Amino acid sequence: MLKNRIIPCLDVKNGRVVKGINFVDLKDAGDPVEQAKIYSDGGADEICFLDITASNENRDTIYDVVEKTSKKCFVPLTVGGGVRSTDDINKLLNCGADKVSINTAAVENPKVVFESSKRFGSQCIVVAIDVKKNRDKWEVFTHGGRNNTGIDAIEFAKKMEDNGAGELLVTSMDRDGTQIGYDIDLISKISLKVNIPLIASGGVGNLDHFVDGIKLGKASAVLAASIFHYGKYSIKEAKEYLKSKNVLVRL
Amino acid sequence: MNVTIVDYKSGNISSVINSFKEVAKDKVNIEVTSDLNKIKSSDKVVLPGQGSFKSCIDALNNINGLVDTLNEFAIDNKKPLLGICVGLQMFADVGYEEIETKGLGWISGKVSKIDNQNGKYKLPHIGWNQINIVKRSKILKDIENNSHMYFVHSYEFIPEDKNVISSVTDYSSNIVCSVEKENIFGTQFHPEKSDNLGLKIIDNFINL
Repeated sequence: MLKNRIIPCLDVKNGRVVKGINFVDLKDAGDPVEQAKIYSDGGADEICFLDITASNENRDTIYDVVEKTSKKCFVPLTVGGGVRSTDDINKLLNCGADKVSINTAAVENPKVVFESSKRFGSQCIVVAIDVKKNRDKWEVFTHGGRNNTGIDAIEFAKKMEDNGAGELLVTSMDRDGTQIGYDIDLISKISLKVNIPLIASGGVGNLDHFVDGIKLGKASAVLAASIFHYGKYSIKEAKEYLKSKNVLVRL
Repeated sequence: MNVTIVDYKSGNISSVINSFKEVAKDKVNIEVTSDLNKIKSSDKVVLPGQGSFKSCIDALNNINGLVDTLNEFAIDNKKPLLGICVGLQMFADVGYEEIETKGLGWISGKVSKIDNQNGKYKLPHIGWNQINIVKRSKILKDIENNSHMYFVHSYEFIPEDKNVISSVTDYSSNIVCSVEKENIFGTQFHPEKSDNLGLKIIDNFINL
């Protein structure tokens, strides 16, 4: 049987790992290459790098990080943040990324998703959707959560599937950094709407949140940053806990 | 020894290159090229493949003489060749991704979309799944049954002769994970992304 994936995410700024609490208040906490290696040795099913300030700063450092990491880690590596064009995607893939996640550009120019999935294959195109709830509607945000587009997140998710996305990375901005758990309602609604795998993100504070993301949210994979990053739990502990709750994991 | 990874300008092969170099260290020379003479003179060939069946076949055909050279290497001279993912799928006679496309015809069979059973199974089949080893294969040496490997694909290879199948995995149906036919080897999963067990498979191929 296919296993549910546990994906530690490393937020990277200027080549260093940071993790934002609700997208501000950054804390510097380490070298991304070493961190990634620790995670892959610890049983991470995939590693995710998010270049968080890439949209408005010099982002060449991320290429160097990806290149070095891909020579040391032999599990899938997903890289996102500031990806604007098929050329950006090509460059990241050539540096050794296995998948590239597209956020702002997917909203502003959905053609990028269509064209890049045709050119590189859907398997390496992840559309990252940042979502905030506004009354009864979930709205898509861009530019690292700064701009509200007003676009309905569930409809947008379906549209991205139709455009050729191979996976969706759905982050609840309401939950990100809060450690109170995924927005299960949002995750499950999108997961039931699309036929491509969904990675749940934003809000993990304990191991039961992973169980909920998979069992209730119907996510194929669960992503988290701080819970692993500050050593609260190891990847192995998380997987053993999930197994004890009858969630299929690779151990 | 020379192992050539065929670079036919389709998809992302950085991870394949990195993993082979990691395993080869300084003992084996890893070439990454589409140079026909280098392919002819190498001891082993790796045929990676990402994207659609059609785009990979088109890319092979775009390099003048490449398909003939690969035929000569694998079929006439019977030298070891490893196909990965769409690289394996291209062994088939025909593929049905995008449009009906003729394959290399090395192992009779077809490549069709995985049956998602009306949405019950998400596609692509992405992630770690266990392989059920159904036949001894040289590239699976020292790999335990039910080991996890990393998969990313929506299409599956269905060979006519089931005897070529060395492992299968359970996703909607029994999907072919690896094949061995004389000197021709293939994996549907990505050994280059399957951590230490994947590197072991690469090591097995290099040491054939």
